[in-house]
Amino acid sequence: MTEQPGTSGTTLLRTDSLSRHFRIGNALTRRILHAVDEVSLSVGSREIVALAGESGSGKSTIARLLAKVYRPTSGEIYFEGKPISSIRRRSDQLRYRGLAPMVFQDPYASINPVFRVSHGVLRGLKLHRPELSKQQRYEEAERVFDVVGLTPAADVLRRYPHELSGGQRQRVGFAQALAMRPKLIIADEPVSMLDVSIRIGLLNLMAKLRDEEGVSILYITHDLASARYVADRLVIMYAARLAESGPMEEVLARPKHPYTQLLLSAVPDPRAPLGVSAETDRGEPPKVIDPVPGCRFRWRCPLAIEMCHTVTPEMQPIGPGHDVACHVAQSGAEVKAF
Amino acid sequence: MSSRAAEPVSEPAGAVLDVRNLSVEYLLESGIVRAVDDVSFSLQARKFLAIVGESGCGKSTLLFAIAQLLSPPAEITGGSVMFRGRNMVGLTDAALTAIRWKDLSVVMQSAMNALNPVKSIGAQFKDAMRAHGVTGHDEIANRSAEVLRMVGIDATHLKSYPHQLSGGMRQRSMIAMALLFTPELVIMDEPTSALDVVAQRSLMVQIKELQEQFGFAVIFVTHDMSLVSHFSDHLMVMYAGQVAEQGPTRRVFDSPAHPYTVGLLDAFPSIRGERRQLKGIPGRPPDLARPPSGCRFAPRCPRVMERCTAEPPELYQLDGIDVRCFLYDPAAAPADIGSAP
Repeated sequence: MTEQPGTSGTTLLRTDSLSRHFRIGNALTRRILHAVDEVSLSVGSREIVALAGESGSGKSTIARLLAKVYRPTSGEIYFEGKPISSIRRRSDQLRYRGLAPMVFQDPYASINPVFRVSHGVLRGLKLHRPELSKQQRYEEAERVFDVVGLTPAADVLRRYPHELSGGQRQRVGFAQALAMRPKLIIADEPVSMLDVSIRIGLLNLMAKLRDEEGVSILYITHDLASARYVADRLVIMYAARLAESGPMEEVLARPKHPYTQLLLSAVPDPRAPLGVSAETDRGEPPKVIDPVPGCRFRWRCPLAIEMCHTVTPEMQPIGPGHDVACHVAQSGAEVKAF
Repeated sequence: MSSRAAEPVSEPAGAVLDVRNLSVEYLLESGIVRAVDDVSFSLQARKFLAIVGESGCGKSTLLFAIAQLLSPPAEITGGSVMFRGRNMVGLTDAALTAIRWKDLSVVMQSAMNALNPVKSIGAQFKDAMRAHGVTGHDEIANRSAEVLRMVGIDATHLKSYPHQLSGGMRQRSMIAMALLFTPELVIMDEPTSALDVVAQRSLMVQIKELQEQFGFAVIFVTHDMSLVSHFSDHLMVMYAGQVAEQGPTRRVFDSPAHPYTVGLLDAFPSIRGERRQLKGIPGRPPDLARPPSGCRFAPRCPRVMERCTAEPPELYQLDGIDVRCFLYDPAAAPADIGSAP
């Protein structure tokens, strides 16, 4: 069940059977919501991995687990080979957070509106790189603003968030992350709130950070087209579990999981004729509360067999670097669900 | 409508809505912002018009102006909105109330905010119907159940509160509510923007089916051009408060004329075909309080000419489409129209 990083050599981050459950209800109605279940994924160095799935599928919970906002219910996260649950000292915590910072979805809510935009990046530098002098911090802030395309940097640093457009604010988010000299940026839907004409610029920035700054990115998204544009590998999540993962073009050309096929068929594409096969699917993702064994996609899956109702499918290799959690695909049968 | 004869009938026959030279201004202390500038279009019965553009391009303001939902500091400063032959601009609230919901309904962007969180779906349907004179208990119950089933939700959900429904179901119940009185025109402001691709596709297909079944016209506003490519008959691309290009949807997608439309279409990565580098559109839309003196797109335009910064272009007609770009000015020297990328 381990994955090999696709294009690059070393594994930077790896999760091993990572789970996060939440208790809901009171003492009498107590139930368990499974937000993330037994997820094993990896991100190589200098690699952009897209984590895609519907809202509620557990993507953001994974981001928060990686950022140590939540503790895993079970499983472990390894960063550069070391388990992050073993991080105890504050200085090590700080170091990890600097190596794997997050960029958030909403650029309007993630920057403090009462300070100039320099505030956030300078504060991050003071905390994470105390060896820098005040002058050096300012120079570093200018450098990262330059890298993310906020020029002239000296001028932009003096502005307040309300003076910037959504796209510029999101670049500030990336600049703040970059100032900490990260190895992995966890980007949770970083472009979904931006206008279409602005999105490409941010995606190009992510590719630039990979190619020129050597940063890996976990790109969490529900937009497969943008995932394809920028990412090297694709991981598909459904109802808290992984459904499929593999090299981007391989998964898109030969999707093996019926859910991946459904997602692909629903992507609006003006250049392609309207696909009609997926029309009947209402697109209601399940809430995973006190789940019973069995495939969680079975109610929406036209190919479900007996086994899908009783045995939870595990991720199994089906091609080079290509894993899928589907009984039908694993049996070697051709999967053409949508 | 009986009032039809009394009004000058300026719109083409069969038009449900005819908007002429509509302008909306925000009268702010810092100055006047013209958010909708001289917009004209007409919408035939049973047709689907999509309005696309970036945030701040005036598309939502245009919708609000059509539905007469603007509140100060926004104000219609010129033009007319002829709905079924009657000018909506300047109608009294009482006259508008009679039209809204019954003949013209609006589906707002975020159903989460548009639905009342402390009332059940059924109670909200009931409110809308009673406000328009339907008081029979059975009649309300039957119609509510009927419209909910029309959008594919079980009638038991009339008892549900908004938080008990998924995002897709909330949007569907908003649409059901808009269809309570079988209106002739349904105006939708980004109804699918909060949904996942699968739910989004399914909702679009359903809107189209309902439209074909009940024959209402649709104005659909979105920032996601790819979404409407298969569903709309007509497409209007707005930029900085103005119509940049409008025409039959397929025509605009297949051979976009305005450099902005070209740029927008080129900003979509595709899930198929070869993977290629895209540029998007550099820069940002202009501040409408201080629009550029010439063409409003000139500062971002890859094909900008000297003339573009000096004078504003008009809407030129070009076999079947309108386009606001000097490249297509028939008075100018014939431009290399065929080679538009």
